[in-house]
Amino acid sequence: MVKDPNKSKEPIQDTDYEVRSLHSMCVNESEHPEGFVGNLKYAAIGLLFGIVFVKSEVVSWFRIQEMFRLQSFHMYGVIGTAVVVGAISIFLIKRFKIKTIKGESIEFQDKTFNKGQIIGGLLFGVGWAITGACPGPLFAQLGTGALAIIVTIISAVAGTWVYGYLRDRLPH
Amino acid sequence: MSNLIEFIRQPWHWSVAGVLIGLTVPALLILGNKNFGISANLRHICAACLPANIPFFKYDWKKEAWNLFFIGGVVIGGFIAAKFLSDPNDVQISPSLAASLSQYGITDLSNMVPNQLFNWGTLFSLKGLFFFVVGGFLVGFGTRYAGGCTSGHAISGLSNLQWPSLVATICFMVGGFISANLIVPFLLGL
Repeated sequence: MVKDPNKSKEPIQDTDYEVRSLHSMCVNESEHPEGFVGNLKYAAIGLLFGIVFVKSEVVSWFRIQEMFRLQSFHMYGVIGTAVVVGAISIFLIKRFKIKTIKGESIEFQDKTFNKGQIIGGLLFGVGWAITGACPGPLFAQLGTGALAIIVTIISAVAGTWVYGYLRDRLPH
Repeated sequence: MSNLIEFIRQPWHWSVAGVLIGLTVPALLILGNKNFGISANLRHICAACLPANIPFFKYDWKKEAWNLFFIGGVVIGGFIAAKFLSDPNDVQISPSLAASLSQYGITDLSNMVPNQLFNWGTLFSLKGLFFFVVGGFLVGFGTRYAGGCTSGHAISGLSNLQWPSLVATICFMVGGFISANLIVPFLLGL
């Protein structure tokens, strides 16, 4: 697909909800900067999360095949329960206006639809079944000693980079 | 204490894992207003290592350092689970999957990442090219194109009742069904 480079084009809005620096300035200004020590608490949550991933076999290539071949309920149980618990938690946070430990009010961003959720979603699904891992489990697999998985992670970083490079030319 | 360790060593039930993974969402929100989403780290790595003047990678990734700490923790957690809390038995898989995989020579169930598929030897074969490089590329490209992965869309997004996340999750599943049933068997046969 070749596009005329001179043709003026609206820049695509960045709809990445996982990157907070892209949110409006006021949100960033209200955010408490956290140094190395402050960030360690996220490492602690990650550590617990990594143990859960491995012990519940979410990182298992076999479990992912079973899920997509409808041969086991396990992964549906894990994801379904996580969504229910997450939804109840978010409901309670909104309902009781629960604040962060530093007293900030908790913000939620609504997601807007774009075609990427369909095209990108399908492509990710294909990759998920091949590698048997989504991004979180890839890092946990590496930790379990499956060192060759570093190649998969580097390829995933490369995929992300190529997406960033081609972004303006892809349908959104 | 040793009984407790023995208890933890068994594979965990899906409901236990589901509750703990679900609780990550409020834990990150309450600790620091952070949205649970792991694939964003792949973008932060690009922004940190090779932004190459691409607008998509020109942002202050250091503000997102918390997430890199989070995945650092995931790697260490994986290490601890494998080193100290692992179950010595083979992974339990459904008999029909075992039968179908054995046709392709995958019979070693001692590890959650099949040793006969993901090893340095296969890496440099045509099969390895697909399972490591093409698979990984699709994960990285697809998640960013979709704006999130299983954690960002399927867990955080659905928890917050975001319908675009439902669309994304359905597409993840459709892609996965096609891939696991049609593409993976073909690739295993290479």
